[in-house]
Amino acid sequence: MAKVKPRVKVPKTASVNEVVTIKTLISHPMESGQRKDSKTGEAIPRKIINKFAASFNGEPVFMANMEPSVSANPYIEFQMRVPETGVVRFEWTDDDGSVYDLEKTITAA
Amino acid sequence: MTVTRREALGLAVGSVAALTTLRFTEPAFAAGDALQDAIMEFTGGAQPGDGDITIGAPEIAENGNTVPIEVSAPGAASIMLLATGNPSPGVATFHFSALSGAQEAKTRIRLAKTQDIIAVAKMPDGSAITTKRSVKVTIGGCGG
Repeated sequence: MAKVKPRVKVPKTASVNEVVTIKTLISHPMESGQRKDSKTGEAIPRKIINKFAASFNGEPVFMANMEPSVSANPYIEFQMRVPETGVVRFEWTDDDGSVYDLEKTITAA
Repeated sequence: MTVTRREALGLAVGSVAALTTLRFTEPAFAAGDALQDAIMEFTGGAQPGDGDITIGAPEIAENGNTVPIEVSAPGAASIMLLATGNPSPGVATFHFSALSGAQEAKTRIRLAKTQDIIAVAKMPDGSAITTKRSVKVTIGGCGG
């Protein structure tokens, strides 16, 4: 299976209480469970990222529950208010229970 | 193996036709019930009304495998996206918090065919608002 690689775009600096745009993308096939193997005709089992969560210094910021209708390599963009300098933590949860994570620091001035 | 342009076209048209017949055999009301159930479960029984909620989507999506969608509902606690024409209507649910700069989100979704996208937003006071938008799909996603 292709390697799962999370990527995020977060500004390095922001002014206090500024609202910033955060873009996230994770490479993942998001197998819907609807497709069939072209050779054997058997259904390919569902395997998707079903949950995405972002937190800032431990406080929840944004959460998304995803269904098979979300495209492969799920892209999510949202807005965050930056109250202080801190760490944004991103977590993606796979159907098989694995969690992929990433952290980025924003310096508030 | 060589495939002429004519053969390739014929194949494509054939598979689209096969898909369409398959879908028409499903009872139409079953999908509607699943949709209504999903909305009611999300809102906790509140009937969604009109309000300040918008869906941004292309009018025509050439590739149903990845259709950019954005939803916005100022003040909402969470927003649910539904695709009425997909094998299962649920697409994604976004939850906002005090640190959310704006109650909006963008993502990319799969659409099996031309259909309506529905967004339902749950407000902090327990009420719900909804809107819908139709998207034409040239080539459907969701495999087949």
